[in-house]
Amino acid sequence: MTEFFAQGGFGFFVWGAYGMVALVLLVEILQLRAQRRTILARLGRLSRMRDFGARE
Amino acid sequence: MALNWFRFASPAAFYPLAGRLIPLFWVLTVLALALGLYWGFFETADRLGGGNPQKEYYRIIFIHVPSAWMSMWLYVVMVSWAAIGLVFNTRLSFMMAKAIAPTGAIFTFLALWTGAFWGRPSWGTYWDWDPRLTSELALFFMYIGYIALHSAIDDARRADRASALLAIVGLVMVPVIFWSINCPDPNQCAALHQRSNLTTIEGNILFAMLTMTFAFWMYSFATSLMRLRSIILMRESESLWVRELATIGGRA
Repeated sequence: MTEFFAQGGFGFFVWGAYGMVALVLLVEILQLRAQRRTILARLGRLSRMRDFGARE
Repeated sequence: MALNWFRFASPAAFYPLAGRLIPLFWVLTVLALALGLYWGFFETADRLGGGNPQKEYYRIIFIHVPSAWMSMWLYVVMVSWAAIGLVFNTRLSFMMAKAIAPTGAIFTFLALWTGAFWGRPSWGTYWDWDPRLTSELALFFMYIGYIALHSAIDDARRADRASALLAIVGLVMVPVIFWSINCPDPNQCAALHQRSNLTTIEGNILFAMLTMTFAFWMYSFATSLMRLRSIILMRESESLWVRELATIGGRA
């Protein structure tokens, strides 16, 4: 196991490269999910406002 | 023809289709990532022999080459949608182009970053103004320029057209990157990035690399379609079908 993480002494370079890929792709996925939730919440608010306006 | 493809050129028709496709692309991404990473780390030799002796750090190839390929392919796909949008004046094509750009920029950044972490142990430097590294950096700025120009223009239709033109002009970078190997013989010149040949790569390494490339393609489809759905919702927020969707809670 230790041997695997050491990558023959090049662990810093191998995991530095793989780590950045994992980090950036994960952040992109989380950002997309947050963006979708924000838009749906705003559209829901707009729709409730319209319903309220129609009842007046 | 029984199936009318042009039906899906309408955002209202494509939105639910994309929603059904996204989970499929995620499943394929995870499966290909698992297979590619397992094969790359456990079914390949620790050291490369022959004319290109490299130690364990060569395993960066399994993310570096797919990222670099994606950076160029996604640019071509993005420009294709932008050009289709300009020619046929279809809203969805412009939205496709806009949805692809951030993922393309991310893969361009990752190609540069993983290249730096591979270059340090193999060439002794993180960065060099080598033709391929420099032209890849220019491609990164083309993506940034496209995104920045689009967000700088308030009117969505004008932003679509202006940034589409910029993207088409920037397409010149892709062949430049492809042919940016100016060194036929490494003994005669100083360029760091050498020509590589898929037919001379050892079978297990090639398999892991192509599996990772497939995984990155599926990832790009999934994230671009997710972004596209958000763009459609924002741009069509005044249309009846989005209003109805918002009323029922957006579960479609």
